[in-house]
Amino acid sequence: MRAELIVIGAGPAGLAASLAASARGTRVALVDAATETGGQFYRQPATGLGAGRPEALHHRWRTWERLRDGLAASSVRVLTDHHVWCVERKSGGFTVHALLGPEQQEPAEVHARAVLLATGGYEHVLPFPGWTLPGVVTAGGAQAMLKGQLVVPGRRAVVAGTGPLLLPVATGLAAAGVEVAALVESTGPGRLARHGRALAGKLPEGAGYAARLLRHRVPVLARHAVVRAHGDDRLTGVTVAALDTAGRVRPGTERRLPCDTLAVGHGMLPHTDLASGLGCRLDGLAVAVDAEQRTDVPGVWAAGESTGIGGAALALAEGHIAGCSAAAHLRGTAPTPAPAALKARTGLRSSAAALDAAYAPPAHWPEQVTDDTVVCRCEEVTAGAVRDALDLGASDERTVKLLTRAGMGWCQGRMCQTAVAGLAGCPPAPSRRPFARPVPLGVLARQHTQEELS
Amino acid sequence: MNPLEPAGARPGPAFTVTFDGRPVRALPGQTVAAVLWAAGVTSWRATRGEGRPRGVFCGIGVCFDCLVTVNGRPNQRACLVPVRPGDVIGTQEGTGHEGADHDGADDGGDGHAG
Repeated sequence: MRAELIVIGAGPAGLAASLAASARGTRVALVDAATETGGQFYRQPATGLGAGRPEALHHRWRTWERLRDGLAASSVRVLTDHHVWCVERKSGGFTVHALLGPEQQEPAEVHARAVLLATGGYEHVLPFPGWTLPGVVTAGGAQAMLKGQLVVPGRRAVVAGTGPLLLPVATGLAAAGVEVAALVESTGPGRLARHGRALAGKLPEGAGYAARLLRHRVPVLARHAVVRAHGDDRLTGVTVAALDTAGRVRPGTERRLPCDTLAVGHGMLPHTDLASGLGCRLDGLAVAVDAEQRTDVPGVWAAGESTGIGGAALALAEGHIAGCSAAAHLRGTAPTPAPAALKARTGLRSSAAALDAAYAPPAHWPEQVTDDTVVCRCEEVTAGAVRDALDLGASDERTVKLLTRAGMGWCQGRMCQTAVAGLAGCPPAPSRRPFARPVPLGVLARQHTQEELS
Repeated sequence: MNPLEPAGARPGPAFTVTFDGRPVRALPGQTVAAVLWAAGVTSWRATRGEGRPRGVFCGIGVCFDCLVTVNGRPNQRACLVPVRPGDVIGTQEGTGHEGADHDGADDGGDGHAG
């Protein structure tokens, strides 16, 4: 099919962008891998589950209702179940290549003059002994399964790591009947206080979570970390320890908490595969954009977590600004974003930067990674093997990858990249992955045949 | 409390699938991973190298830890694939291809490839 603007990703950024562009007369196709719009933040319960009160497990539900109703009333063409694997630049526009449905065998193409990447992010988890045991899940994964499927992995959970996501995950699991044995946050209150001014706007939200944690009797262990997950074939408990101000484990403070679930996360990483495939410049691990949310590739915009992790409210503002800019450029006019969105973006970016600084993972986390800890989950490469590669002279992720296969498996390093970089003592470099997901060879072969015929 | 309760869920009629030969209750709209979690199962894969158990990790289709065999097809991501009545779900050993009669053994068919 053909549109003027293709928006990839139907989370907060993509929805706001689609609505803004559509309201300004642009023919928009909104493409998403899920069966429903909403992305991870507004992940919807599966229709067959007949949820009468889906808002019970969500936050800022009214904003979602406004987006959902706006989309229904708009002329935006919504293409769900489209797993995009590549965006191709062609003269005069772009072709978005997708695979249809959960089987991801059948290809589909969408053509447009401009593309807006709202591909979001995924959770960052640093390794520790036992993190591959069944029962250990990412904090966001536990939340996605709860919001979308109304299921929980066990009866007694520990929620651990660092970052603001741990709060809704702990309270969400508790609301669903899971006993949350502890919320283990490696950041101490002092580090949050140091960023107090930039985070002042987040205080009411934080206070709301504190009240809910209290109501569900969830103990909070600040400046603590899970140092080991125990179990043979599945999780039976974790060892937590206190950290000193430098982020080192304080000897003698280790204690064991029995649990069958560990929901763990150390922040988020942006999805940038489609952007880097298009040749867009990255800034660190995020897509670089200008004041109008334009990438440096003409005709390509980006908004939301793909341009830097900042939360749903920032994604909404950036999406709106990007949608207005794309619509204006397609019409040859000047963009007209709402002044409130521009103001919100400035404030939210500064609090996102403060959160990012406050919630950095403990600096000495590699010291807790034993040589027999699996680092690359797909290829089962241990920290010992990575350290051997470093002893052989490897000093960056790429060389470690070539010597050990860390990052060469199914997920293409998405889960282990930052850990390998951390063990190597270098900053993580953006990965260049030609395709954003695995593509059946038959689909590529058919693609080639079509090109020869055209 | 049951996690279906806070969301006020009134699912459509339950149906049956099998996991490693035993019947498991499923609700319409659930993914393979959700059905298995609801049945108390958290592991449904043994890794290629060490044969270690795995299940859901990222829950959103990024990590590939939840690979499973469904109706004879290995390497399906349990967190993405919705169940259908009568589905035959099986623990995936390694690549899911070991012990298969020939390379195409996973292309359809109702039973296990192995």
